[in-house]
Amino acid sequence: MHEMSLCEGIRNVIEDQARAHAITRVKSVRVEIGRFSGVEKDALSFAFDVVMRGSVAEGARLEMIDLPGRAMCYDCIHEVEIENRLDPCPDCGGGKLMPVGGDEMRIKDLEVV
Amino acid sequence: MCNVCGCGTGSVEGHSHHHDHGSGHHHHDHDHGHGHHHHHHHGDIHFGQGLAGVEVPGMTQERLIEIETDILAKNDRYADANRAILADREILTLNLVSSPGSGKTTLLCKTIEALGDQPLAVIEGDQQTANDADRIRATGAKAVQVNTGKGCHLDGHMVGHAMEHLQLANNSFLFIENVGNLVCPAGFDLGEDAKVAILSVTEGEDKPLKYPDMFTASRLALLNKVDLAPYCDVDLALYEENLRRVNPGIEIIRVSARTGEGMDVWLQWLRDRLAQKAKPEAAE
Repeated sequence: MHEMSLCEGIRNVIEDQARAHAITRVKSVRVEIGRFSGVEKDALSFAFDVVMRGSVAEGARLEMIDLPGRAMCYDCIHEVEIENRLDPCPDCGGGKLMPVGGDEMRIKDLEVV
Repeated sequence: MCNVCGCGTGSVEGHSHHHDHGSGHHHHDHDHGHGHHHHHHHGDIHFGQGLAGVEVPGMTQERLIEIETDILAKNDRYADANRAILADREILTLNLVSSPGSGKTTLLCKTIEALGDQPLAVIEGDQQTANDADRIRATGAKAVQVNTGKGCHLDGHMVGHAMEHLQLANNSFLFIENVGNLVCPAGFDLGEDAKVAILSVTEGEDKPLKYPDMFTASRLALLNKVDLAPYCDVDLALYEENLRRVNPGIEIIRVSARTGEGMDVWLQWLRDRLAQKAKPEAAE
């Protein structure tokens, strides 16, 4: 989708942190990516390397942690975990599922020097 | 910086190193001497962060800074600021999203004409050209064009600036016509009250299944160009079924900007939402 913009968002957050904590170099960045966030991980990884150039996170390692997709089934009113956006409800087989989790795109932490 | 092994600038101090990953496609020098630390003790593995994916449990001079911040936090701050202004001034703001060619601008022009002297303004987002803003201005409405250049979506910051260029009336409508794209605009909050997805009957009944995020994020779907349905062998009920499959709560209105079919329902939806936007009288 817009992995370049996401990486610019990551860079903004890192630069704010770098100023606040006098960080000179970031070794690794851990991000949590929800199953339904629409993020293409390979594209994010590529864009990360490009966008971090010239910042304290140049050359940093990007570690992506997958978070599961969760949805509310409108048929059985259960909150369920699903693999794919269009999967049926694993509890009742219903097809009307509203995502309630899995759209996360969050920076968890930075390993810094 | 090395994309292959992730060793990165400054990973070796004061000397150069050369990797050969077999293909000989890259080769890099790190012969600068700026400060950094690396460790050969406590089980830390200097080159262990690349392909092999070796975890480094002990952290010595490094620190771990907890952040727990959404990647789009900055956008969200701009969006929240927009939302606060719009709420204070009772401006109903709709983010119109669709694929290119769904008829967003035509539908918007017809909507503006039908709303008559109701105060409103339009922010037009496109990669290039001011064509759409020109079309909107031809109706007499205030419009500002935002060209995103290479960008695939509007963001909260762009919309905040665009708002400054429009003399927004209190208790009015603000329509934001996003870049025609069913993927990226779903993730960027602009400060709107709701996203309205416009889907034309020529696009195929499975559009909602192919691009579920956008239709999940939308409160209302306008199924546009219904006048063409008889010529396109489309199943309008299947469009609706697929929309509800990805978003069980979505509202759907069938419209034709060309013939005017369904426009009264859409206009009523707009007026009802605008009425809800009004703040309670100074009772509190």
